Amino acid sequence: MANIAELKMIATQVRRDILRMVHSVQSGHPGGSLGCTEFFVALYYELMNYSSKEFRMEGKKEDVFFLSNGHISPVWYSVLARRGFFNIDELKTFRKINSRLQGHPATAEGIPGVRVSSGSLGQGMSVAIGMALAKQLDNDPGIVYSLHGDGEMEEGQIWEAAMFAPARKVDNLISVVDFNGQQIDGPVNEVMPLGNLKAKFEAFDWNVLEMNGNDMEEVLKTMQYARTQTGKGKPIFIIMKTEMGYGVDFMTGTHKWHGVAPNDEQLEDALSQLPETLGDY
Amino acid sequence: MTFKEKFISTDKKDTRSGFGDALLDMGEHNSRIIGLCADLTGSLKMKSFAEKFPDRFYQVGIAEANMMGIAAGLATGGFIPFVGTFANFATGRVYDQVRQSIAYSNKNVKICASHAGITLGEDGATHQIMEDIGLMRGLPNMTVINPCDYNQTWAATHAIADHSGPVYLRFGRPKVPVFTDPNQEFIIGKAIKLSEGIDVSIFATGHLVWKALKAAEILETKGINPEIINIHTIKPLDVEAVVESAQKTGCVVTAEEHLINGGMGDAISQHLSRHYPVPVEYVAVDDCFGESGKPEELLVKYGLDESAIVEASYRAIERKA
Repeated sequence: MANIAELKMIATQVRRDILRMVHSVQSGHPGGSLGCTEFFVALYYELMNYSSKEFRMEGKKEDVFFLSNGHISPVWYSVLARRGFFNIDELKTFRKINSRLQGHPATAEGIPGVRVSSGSLGQGMSVAIGMALAKQLDNDPGIVYSLHGDGEMEEGQIWEAAMFAPARKVDNLISVVDFNGQQIDGPVNEVMPLGNLKAKFEAFDWNVLEMNGNDMEEVLKTMQYARTQTGKGKPIFIIMKTEMGYGVDFMTGTHKWHGVAPNDEQLEDALSQLPETLGDY
Repeated sequence: MTFKEKFISTDKKDTRSGFGDALLDMGEHNSRIIGLCADLTGSLKMKSFAEKFPDRFYQVGIAEANMMGIAAGLATGGFIPFVGTFANFATGRVYDQVRQSIAYSNKNVKICASHAGITLGEDGATHQIMEDIGLMRGLPNMTVINPCDYNQTWAATHAIADHSGPVYLRFGRPKVPVFTDPNQEFIIGKAIKLSEGIDVSIFATGHLVWKALKAAEILETKGINPEIINIHTIKPLDVEAVVESAQKTGCVVTAEEHLINGGMGDAISQHLSRHYPVPVEYVAVDDCFGESGKPEELLVKYGLDESAIVEASYRAIERKA
């Protein structure tokens, strides 16, 4: 078991990175990024097997991750950089011209760690299924992870993919939904209620788990359990309850910070709640 | 030798069978080749591949968006996915999936589209896409190929497997004359000159290459000597071949089973307007949808037959002076 305190410390630094990145360019999506920080830290520091020294697109014998809700790129970029996929100084270039760190993740500039472009929602589960099939064909023991937004569940393609994966026994796939209950126009329950998402995915024959995505210990425990459930004929779906903007009091639990950057004072206020732990970039 | 003597077809086959037969053949030799289809396995002629290589074939059901994403994932994992569906569902229906997950991500996915154009026939305009070349050539990284007969489709299918990057391969439903060499070498981006001429350059693609040859027979009897060029690859366009022929003849006719907007003619005109402006006449559909009917009837009604190419040639030649 990992040292929870250490992982929490890393998460605090990642949150600082996220805020400083979006503040620097005055654009980007801090809310969902902050809400998913524990998940990304757990995934890349504890759960996945991979090599960050030499990024390999095909990911042979590795676990691979696809971010389908590409707008929360800041948290992913921070964790990739902190894990050594590229230099942390590059975080300064986020969303700026001539950068490999595009607003939404893209492969065109060859940023290590990113395997497909995402941002237009609903596509990542299908891509993850394709990668999982590739691993099955190659008898590769790697696990494929994907992350999605709860608002993204409104896209039709998600349900095409949700139907395919159990039908074709894609059981080396763990798809996670960031269930923060918020989307751009307001609460998911008002914009387009998802109903009983757990029951829906269970009805599609997924193995459905739930966890509190802002509790590091629970994320680790649930994800480790999920891993033991792979290879048993069913894909795994995890409903990860989070709070958008978690870690910064005035950003928590509101859709207001979905796609808005903090100004100078707000940044100062936010950073004062998140002490520097690993050193800023 | 006259056109009639030079180009002979003793057989009629559908181009989609050229694709299906080639896929089966490649399946034997390349274990990285995967087939995916969205409930049109028979129409796409992918049944033999599916039966022979059940482990490398995925029936995804009527879910083309998912199919494109899965193909992108398989390509990421190092496989060469060939996705098959009707041209309408392979492009218009899933444009954003093709754009983001395949073209922008530069995935080695082969989008194989049957029933393209108006010769789909009786099913009508809902299925007769004539915008697909425009949609696909608008995407950076995408190669666009429209072979003219069974043999060329067979050769093109092999060629795209060896090419790294996303490809849109367009073919059709009806049985059409087979007239190209069964052992031809298919070079992506290299136009094929079918006949030398001096009066007009006729650039044709897909099913209309044969129609261009029939038109040439007629033009020959009127004392006109056309140059016929098969543009099987619309993107990247063989710009050298286009300019060289236009320089020689001084006027151009383009012929394709597509709308004027966005089609091969557009691609050719765009290049000529910058590098060697000459009169260009289009044999293509002018900003309207198709309708139900027999393929041959539709080609006549929508101005895509040999007489339309002959008329366009007269107009182009007249504008030269």
